[in-house]
Amino acid sequence: MSALESSSPHVGKQARVSPLSVDELRDKSKVLRQHIVTMTSAANSGHPGGSLSAIDVMAALYFRVMRHDPLNPRWEDRDRFILSKGHCCPALYAVLAEAGYFPVEELMTFRKIDSLLQGHAHIRTPGVEMSSGSLGQGLSFGIGVALAARLNGGTHKIYVMMGDGECDEGEVWEAAMAAAHHKLGNIVAIVDRNGIQNDRPTDLAMELEPLADKWRSFRWNVEHVDGHDMEAVVKTLERVRSMAGPTVVIAKTVKGKGVSFMENNPAFHGKAANAEELEIALKEISQA
Amino acid sequence: MTATASTRERYGEVLVQLGEENPDIVVVGGDLNISVCTAPFGKKYPDRFFDMGAAEQNMVAVAAGLASSGKIPFVSTFAVFATGRAFDQLRVGVSQPNLNVKVVATHAGLVTGEDGISAQSIEDLSLMCALPSFSVVVPADALETEQAVRTAAQTTGPMYIRLCRPVTELILPEDYKFQLGKAAVLREGKDATIIACGIMTSAALKAAEFLAAAGVQCRVLNMATVRPVDSEAIIRAANETGAIVTAEEHLPHGGLGSTVSTVVVQNCPVPMSLVAIPDGYAQSGKPDQLLERYHLTAADIEKSVRDVVRRKGAAATRP
Repeated sequence: MSALESSSPHVGKQARVSPLSVDELRDKSKVLRQHIVTMTSAANSGHPGGSLSAIDVMAALYFRVMRHDPLNPRWEDRDRFILSKGHCCPALYAVLAEAGYFPVEELMTFRKIDSLLQGHAHIRTPGVEMSSGSLGQGLSFGIGVALAARLNGGTHKIYVMMGDGECDEGEVWEAAMAAAHHKLGNIVAIVDRNGIQNDRPTDLAMELEPLADKWRSFRWNVEHVDGHDMEAVVKTLERVRSMAGPTVVIAKTVKGKGVSFMENNPAFHGKAANAEELEIALKEISQA
Repeated sequence: MTATASTRERYGEVLVQLGEENPDIVVVGGDLNISVCTAPFGKKYPDRFFDMGAAEQNMVAVAAGLASSGKIPFVSTFAVFATGRAFDQLRVGVSQPNLNVKVVATHAGLVTGEDGISAQSIEDLSLMCALPSFSVVVPADALETEQAVRTAAQTTGPMYIRLCRPVTELILPEDYKFQLGKAAVLREGKDATIIACGIMTSAALKAAEFLAAAGVQCRVLNMATVRPVDSEAIIRAANETGAIVTAEEHLPHGGLGSTVSTVVVQNCPVPMSLVAIPDGYAQSGKPDQLLERYHLTAADIEKSVRDVVRRKGAAATRP
């Protein structure tokens, strides 16, 4: 039986995650960044760029803002984190491992045969809420989860992490329309606005601006934040928990953030560091 | 004259009953809720009815989210839209994570008629049979529709149920029992077997009757579950009758005929013939005119049976 088919979930030894301070979150982000570059390098493939841009927001969610329990991944009242940009699963695996959903050593099996950690997020991995890998589906899925929560009288929040290039997908706007139509106040979308998609800058591939106006015209609350300013990220995410109606947080980020040669470099959208580059990357992250 | 009933109306009625019986049943729509007969559910249970407008990708992925939260979503729209417009959501969003989503598509097949080729879903079985987690069910009449929909609500896993627009004949006996994954023998015979689903089961029974009068005895299998197909019943039919004709209101590839062929060729090669829509697109017209023009009548099945019986005889006498 492969790890993927295992019926007993891999869980670590930590109990519910206690909220970290902003300083502790900054340190946690460094560890998470090191996991991202290390696991993609070990796999010799994967998507470090968009994982590094999203990781500070994800650290704030998993280690401060969200209610969740790594020992009980299917706990009914947990806040949900839905990774719509499924190629950035290295970021998700890093936070899940650090939170204790499975051992950190599993990260080195990423993308390898029989691993718990598939090349794009899969629902069978403990802590993963949705299978993804085809862009544009996460917000819709989140609406389904949000509708179910409302029916059940649940008070949890549903966070959906999307890419900016992902907003090219028509389904995103079908979902945006539907969330407002169904008056969902329990859903928070986060757009990781790193400005670069697979081939090139988003605004050369497909002009997205005025992005905030688009969301506003679909009747969403729009919040802006510097996605690498931990204090601002925490404040924003804590503030939007109590907002009425669907809210989108447009997080201005840098693709490949924290590794000089990956920053703003489309080449590292879907390419891993080689051994030499990894050494430099780890050093840069630890010295930042 | 055989009594008739609408499969989609029966679906709508059963859905309302299921809503009463199970509070986890929810319905997701994509406009067209009146045509697909889910509107009565929405009227009775407005808090469990979610219209997503004419946006099928979102509709299917919303259903996936509901299923992941323990709800039992029934998603309904026309077959062309349910499968064609939302295939990626069915594949990545429902099949790969094996979520408990029920897709009940109406207006399938050629008999959608006058609306023409864009509305005639003649590829949906091929698409849905390509998805490993899905069960694919094509009920033969309203009675079987009712039982299949109830089974869907009671069975965990993705399911596709294919219904049509026109009223159809009630051909199954009152004591009929639909079993997911099992073929039903509707008639016994030793010379050949006709394996059919959906509206073609009715044509198969008529063909068997004509043939019996001419001395050719056919077994008729109603293969409502196209996936996972009842291989045992197919192998038994091949071994016991020595010739097989399949009949479906769909293109010849990827649906019932090719599924049965896969079983036959690997286990018990016997002469086979596929009655299906000839490879290509049809046109607008009345359902009966289209069935005749595109060779989906009892007479077409009869002709195919005579052909396989002749080939079976030729094989038997070959030195």
